[in-house]
Amino acid sequence: MSALPIGMYVPGNSILHRLDPRVKMGATLVLMMIPFAVHGLWGYVALSTFVVTAVLLSGVPLGALLRTLRTVFWIAFLMFFLYLFTTPGEPLLALGSIAITRQGLLAAVAQIYRLCLLVTVASLLTFTTSPIHLTHGLEAMLSPLERARLPVRELAMVLTIALRFVPTLQEEIDKIAKAQRARGADFRTGGPLRRARNLVPIFVPIFVSAFRRADELATAMDARGFRSALHRTRMRKLRLGSLDLLATLIVMGLVLTVIWLG
Amino acid sequence: MRPFIEIENLKYVYPSFIPPHAGGQRGGGGQIVALRGVNLTIEQGEFVALIGPNGSGKSTLARHLNALLLPTAGAVWIDGLRTSDAHNVWAVRQKVGMVFQNPDNQIVATTVEEDVAFGPENMGLPADEIRHRVDDALAAVGLLDYRQYPPQMLSGGQKQLVAIAGALAARPSCIVFDEPTSMLDPVGRRQVLDTIRRLNAEEGITVLLITHSMSEAAMAQRVLVMEAGRMVMDGPPAIVFERGARLRALGLDLPPIVDIAQRLQAWGLPLPQGVLTVQDMVDALC
Repeated sequence: MSALPIGMYVPGNSILHRLDPRVKMGATLVLMMIPFAVHGLWGYVALSTFVVTAVLLSGVPLGALLRTLRTVFWIAFLMFFLYLFTTPGEPLLALGSIAITRQGLLAAVAQIYRLCLLVTVASLLTFTTSPIHLTHGLEAMLSPLERARLPVRELAMVLTIALRFVPTLQEEIDKIAKAQRARGADFRTGGPLRRARNLVPIFVPIFVSAFRRADELATAMDARGFRSALHRTRMRKLRLGSLDLLATLIVMGLVLTVIWLG
Repeated sequence: MRPFIEIENLKYVYPSFIPPHAGGQRGGGGQIVALRGVNLTIEQGEFVALIGPNGSGKSTLARHLNALLLPTAGAVWIDGLRTSDAHNVWAVRQKVGMVFQNPDNQIVATTVEEDVAFGPENMGLPADEIRHRVDDALAAVGLLDYRQYPPQMLSGGQKQLVAIAGALAARPSCIVFDEPTSMLDPVGRRQVLDTIRRLNAEEGITVLLITHSMSEAAMAQRVLVMEAGRMVMDGPPAIVFERGARLRALGLDLPPIVDIAQRLQAWGLPLPQGVLTVQDMVDALC
């Protein structure tokens, strides 16, 4: 089975793994927004210290994190030059009509930093939270929307099933691709259009089989007494512990520090 | 006392689309007549095998036992509850569990224990009770050590055991197995069949095993044979297998050991009736 590119769960028992998913998701949201409130050097230092500590505590292999960061390399690359060349200010280096300014350089570096921080924080969440906990957390956090008649529990169920079938379908794609290659199909050469067209013999059987699977799964769910999610209870209940309280306080402390440092 | 399963003159016609599990006989107007008047009773605790060629109506019959399908005509009673009464559906589905052919397509969750919990969660039980049932069910199929595993890391046989545990967690009286071993390797097949036999013998669970394998049918106390929507034979394996020519005409081959025993008898070797397993043969000859 080929590995998923970003944010696959890395099983473990670190402090971050043991935190309640709701706390982790809340903290992630806060940490994704807070870089935009940071302007001075000390703010960045505080934020970086926090994130680096979190990464070290998580016990996630740094290689995995770097691989995730590599996926945004081209976006970062583009952003860097965009900010570098388009920010007006005090020129450092001029090449004809294009000038690199001091402000531009700082803005470019700050943008890259923010992007990397965003990706790091988001992948920390998915690295340390199993798909079940992620869906449970999402379900719990969205549950107020049930009053607005949003079918939150059904959505969580759909998400769980989707997650459940990712590896199954991946395996099947591999198998069909091999079968087609054995009959002389070529997925590697030719222009993008040609290659895209060559994928048709993989995706048609995958779709057919996915529909058959969905049908069989629906029957199996019926047989196991599934009706609307309103009748259901859950085996696993999320409970906040002292660790979760501590983490919440620390994140709040960070937010105040960063705002105070400006 | 009434038998656990009672089927009276059951007829079923698929509406004019092709049923997902295929098969069946095409009638007029594109309709598929799958069952043409089936009568059957099964007592609590029986181990019954159901065989028959493709399209003979085995799966359609099975789906009537937990109200996945409702009779076009006739009636099905499970533990005295008529499946066609809408308010009986959930009780019937709790009493009769089902395990299907493809283990991948009946697992809904991303870990073993979450999947086994699906049935009890649907019943709206409190969390502690669900936990208790999940542990019991996983212990019964010998998968307690795998509770945290994602399903894709299990073998086909183990996945099928998860599906069995999932059915068990609802505490059913009966489990219907719809060709549970046809996609498994020999090891997985053995695991699943041993588990089915044990659940019947030790937990007293009524078993209806639909199968293409005559050797599997030989495990049962009673064998049913279907053809074109009708029940054509019903008896202990030894009696049903005596009609080898009729079975072969249906495309059903006798288990090799039964076939050999019958040929030896035809040659004039005085073998006792009812040789079903290699062990029986050894006992008869030595």
